[in-house]
Amino acid sequence: MIPEQPPPPPPPPRRRGFDWRRALAPGLISSLSILVVFGGLTWLIAGNENWPRIQRQFFSLDHMLAALPRVAWGFLTNMKVWLIAMACIAVWALFLAVIRSLRGPWFAPFRLMVVLYIDLFRGLPALLLVILFGFGIPALRIPGLPSSGLFWGGFAMVLSYSAYVCEIYRAGIDAVHEGQRAAAKALGLNEGQVMLYAILPQALRNAVPSLMNIVVALQKDVALLSVIGVRDAVREAQIYTASTFNYSSMVVAALLFLLATIPMARLADWVTHRDRTRRLQMAG
Amino acid sequence: MIEIRGLTKYFGEHLVLDRVNLDVARHEVVCLIGASGSGKSTLLRCINRLIEPDWGQIRLDGLAVEDAVWGKTGLQRRVGIVFQSYNLFPHMRVIDNIMLAPRKVRGLSRREAHDKAMAVLALFGMERFARAYPEQLSGGQQQRVALARALAGEPEVLLLDEVTAALDPELVGEVMAAIRGLKAQGLTMVIVTHEMGFARDLADRVCFLDGGRIVEEAPPRDLFNAPEHPRTRQFLERLLEGGRL
Repeated sequence: MIPEQPPPPPPPPRRRGFDWRRALAPGLISSLSILVVFGGLTWLIAGNENWPRIQRQFFSLDHMLAALPRVAWGFLTNMKVWLIAMACIAVWALFLAVIRSLRGPWFAPFRLMVVLYIDLFRGLPALLLVILFGFGIPALRIPGLPSSGLFWGGFAMVLSYSAYVCEIYRAGIDAVHEGQRAAAKALGLNEGQVMLYAILPQALRNAVPSLMNIVVALQKDVALLSVIGVRDAVREAQIYTASTFNYSSMVVAALLFLLATIPMARLADWVTHRDRTRRLQMAG
Repeated sequence: MIEIRGLTKYFGEHLVLDRVNLDVARHEVVCLIGASGSGKSTLLRCINRLIEPDWGQIRLDGLAVEDAVWGKTGLQRRVGIVFQSYNLFPHMRVIDNIMLAPRKVRGLSRREAHDKAMAVLALFGMERFARAYPEQLSGGQQQRVALARALAGEPEVLLLDEVTAALDPELVGEVMAAIRGLKAQGLTMVIVTHEMGFARDLADRVCFLDGGRIVEEAPPRDLFNAPEHPRTRQFLERLLEGGRL
């Protein structure tokens, strides 16, 4: 006997033809509204009787081109300080974070020192530290110490930022599950090895998204060094302004900063997003 | 081989272990059972000093576990542990998880450690996952890797802390088979478990803990068929009602 066949499943739904109205209408509407709003704003600004003066003062192409070489040269200094400071902060803050995470009563004074360090340098404005170190220490004229404002200004930035980065590292260390430490200890690793092989690799991965934000912030804050006479982009732009009474050079500096920070910010977003997806996959 | 005398531990004001005495002979498998919070895991973790007891003493071959003679890692070389949640290092491949302790603690060369690691993986049929990362494996496979990692140190005593509790029921069998293999090789084991089938099957002796005390210890056949202490009877009846026995 032939077994009775079950009825076939219903066919897949018929694909409807491409609906132009549905596909294009949202795009058209948003383009139109952008055009109306921004067009209106442009008309308002350009129609203002003061606009030509504003344009001459801030957006003069001649002045911009004239200022570009020296401002760009100054920006190169920003970039150099940024890269060197970043490397120093990464190492110094990690050192502090590891000390802060050491357990055992013998390490208590060192833990306390790190806590005091963080309280101190997180509590003080970076600008104050830059002035204090950048002007103060060269003025001591101690033989053997570098006398450059650039060096001591950068030093102050490293001290200040390390306090924040240390806390980010520490949060990363704390986020590693306690079982990982127990497992590593039970395998016979000593405290340093537990940290080095089991905890830190995971902690750093946890910390990457927050660290990216710090990197972007540091890139801008290097401009603080201009107040102690370091000829960075802002300082160079200021010098140009002082001799021409035109602020277009400042806009050039602003554009250079944006050119550097916006890709970094996008990268930070992307890293955060990737990290989140990875975690969700792990949880699922 | 292991002698535990008067072991007492408080968590704050809460008495977790109350003057526990226990002896484990070489090649013996002892199962600790009891309700959650009865102190089983704490007792286990005191043996390899993941938890320090407040009073009492644990001796391994006559030498107190906190004796300075052990050095920093001597005890951990002789006592291995496997946890409920595997606790494999997620950033390392399976093979590197297993090679870590042999290389860094026992100072084996990369070559020796690798051979050792592959040998213990082969013991559990896991050689082909050597290059995988732990999160790519199923729970049962991860737990077998964790067993391999503990055994790579060639411990004389293996502590198992509810190693099947986090596993899906159909994966429990493969881990239990692996542990049965270890018993056949004569490894001394102390096992904390909620799986009564596990205890009945593997243990030479079962200890029932209640309120931080071992209230009854007997071979599994006696303890499960004719429990003497009323608390044991009550515990087993509850499991029976829950369909877990």
